[in-house]
Amino acid sequence: MSAATPIEPAALVPALKARALNKRYGRVVALDNADFDLMPNEILAVIGDNGAGKSTLIKALTGAVSPDHGEIWLNGQPVSFKSPIEARNLGIETVYQNLALSPALSIADNMFLGREKRREDLIGRMFRTLDKPYMQKVARQKLTELGLLTIQNINQPVETLSGGQRQGVAVARAAAFGSRVVIMDEPTAALGVKESRKVLETILRLKERGLPIVLISHNMPHVFEVADRIHIHRLGKRIAVINPKNHTMSDAVAIMTGAMAPPLDEAA
Amino acid sequence: MSDNATGSAAAERGLPPSEPGGVASFEEADRGPIRRMQEFLHRFPTSIPFIVLLIGVVIFSFAAPGKFLAPFNFSLILQQVTIIAILGVAQTLVILTAGIDLSVGVIMILASVVMGRTAVVYGVPVEIAFPLGLLAGLACGFVNGVIVTKLRLPPFIVTLGTWSIFGALNVWYSKSETIRQADVQETAPFLQWTGTIIKPYDFFSNTLGLDLGFLKGWVLNYGSVVMLIVAAVIWYVLNKTAFGRHVYASGDDPDAARLAGINTDRTLIGVYALAGFICAIAAWVLIGRIGGVSPQAGQTANLDSITAVVIGGTSLFGGRGSIVGTLVGALIVGVFRNGLALSGLELLWQDFAVGVLIIVAVTIDQWIRKISS
Ligand SMILES: Nc1ncnc2c1ncn2[C@@H]1O[C@H](COP(=O)(O)OP(=O)(O)O)[C@@H](O)[C@H]1O
Ligand SMILES: [Mg+2]
Repeated sequence: MSAATPIEPAALVPALKARALNKRYGRVVALDNADFDLMPNEILAVIGDNGAGKSTLIKALTGAVSPDHGEIWLNGQPVSFKSPIEARNLGIETVYQNLALSPALSIADNMFLGREKRREDLIGRMFRTLDKPYMQKVARQKLTELGLLTIQNINQPVETLSGGQRQGVAVARAAAFGSRVVIMDEPTAALGVKESRKVLETILRLKERGLPIVLISHNMPHVFEVADRIHIHRLGKRIAVINPKNHTMSDAVAIMTGAMAPPLDEAA
Repeated sequence: MSDNATGSAAAERGLPPSEPGGVASFEEADRGPIRRMQEFLHRFPTSIPFIVLLIGVVIFSFAAPGKFLAPFNFSLILQQVTIIAILGVAQTLVILTAGIDLSVGVIMILASVVMGRTAVVYGVPVEIAFPLGLLAGLACGFVNGVIVTKLRLPPFIVTLGTWSIFGALNVWYSKSETIRQADVQETAPFLQWTGTIIKPYDFFSNTLGLDLGFLKGWVLNYGSVVMLIVAAVIWYVLNKTAFGRHVYASGDDPDAARLAGINTDRTLIGVYALAGFICAIAAWVLIGRIGGVSPQAGQTANLDSITAVVIGGTSLFGGRGSIVGTLVGALIVGVFRNGLALSGLELLWQDFAVGVLIIVAVTIDQWIRKISS
């Protein structure tokens, strides 16, 4: 819909933007004046070597770590998140690399962790009773939509799932609740070929819904298949943003590893 | 059979049992009977304390024939474990968050002194003195929670410190004076209400005209009823409310819980405060049981409450456990102490048996937890 009218003033305001983010862990500089721009309704891939600071960047953007300094804007408004809850309340949904699932709790409980749904009747209001049937129904529906896993029992603890299935739960959770921005940190790392496809389809569906998505991945074919732009991260900062149509995968890897100089000032 | 064969063949070739995409087949491959039992216990951890309780009852029925299996004796056991069970419920909340509360016993005593002394010695109406005692328990728990979360100190250290602090406050407020049963009865009989005897047989025949013969000989008191209500309410909170889910999540993996949007500090403060409040309810039951108020009462309650929780299958590592388990755990402690005494063994063997139970329970918990790694 909005793709039909590409140049609107609103489209020029980044959905999520950061300037000069810094984060140190003792001697380690995880973020070194990192910049970041996510445009509305685009799929932005973030690539970089292990330890380049991609996860720290995501955490700084979503309130999971507080940057030592730097500024962040959401749809042009300056924001500073003190916790992941604040980012989430503004519609930023994240699949963290460690998934942020609670192993002993059920799939349904995990899907609604921190945003549980109460019964709407008198009992729910008086005794704060959870609406478990509703949460189970929605959880099952979201997982089925994703097509990622065949869950026998929505009440089984997450720790009884395989690594790939857990990743599926985390992706389904983010996809179900993201209303402004969805960020996924290596969401297909533990997945097989078929499941990875499902996640890519989910990302494309989120884009159809009009959301911008950040995808961190080491899988170049995936990145080049879905990304509108590629943010290349190296040694704690963004060193280039490239358009996948103008570059090859080996270019991207060469820039990422420092074997090739980053292209200057590319309008993606 | 064939699953096992492929599993061991893979192991012989030195292959890692799971590869990306091959995870599902791994789970099929590794299922001996022991593994299946481990999975069963993992899903139903409370089954162990139930089995232990059953074994205990069977053994002591033979070891102390006629004496152990009597309604009167069971009633006695129930009265003996009531306070431990209530404190155990408080302790369960804390241990579920991977913490520990060494101050539950002293909070109970302090609250009982506040209730009793304010009402009896200072002549304040019990309508005020009683809530004041509850408030004292709540405040103590709140202090624990604030120190644990804001100073980021291990709960063991924090509650070791407050154990001493609350103990000192107890000596200060009580002046180490005991309040006699008769004095409580005269000025604040409400505080003794929990000790009131109920005979279920008489109750049903008087009110409903039922002749329930199997209830003959049972003697309960309102303290046990209070215990059941406390346990039911906390069971509900843990299983049916968002707060309860957050308690489990905060103990299970606090970092994940925070990333998932849970305010773990607020959850922890709520847990410690609620635990303190429950200790104050235990104080009420304590006054009912001993009739008066003694600043020296309930010295062993602390460790007994932890024992009940651990034997009841709640994991000291947090995130796993249940209120039902704790109630059964308290009953196990009561049954073993009572049964060994009736079997004619010396007191020291009670302590010996309880010690063995604790170590076995923690060992089983460790073993069950391996399944998730
Ligand atoms: N909590 C932490 N404590 C200490 N060092 C950290 C922490 N998180 C990340 N780092 C360090 O910061 C650097 C960047 O890490 P990370 O953001 O995870 O990189 P990436 O996701 O690109 O692999 C690494 O050197 C890592 O060791
Ligand atoms: Mg990372």
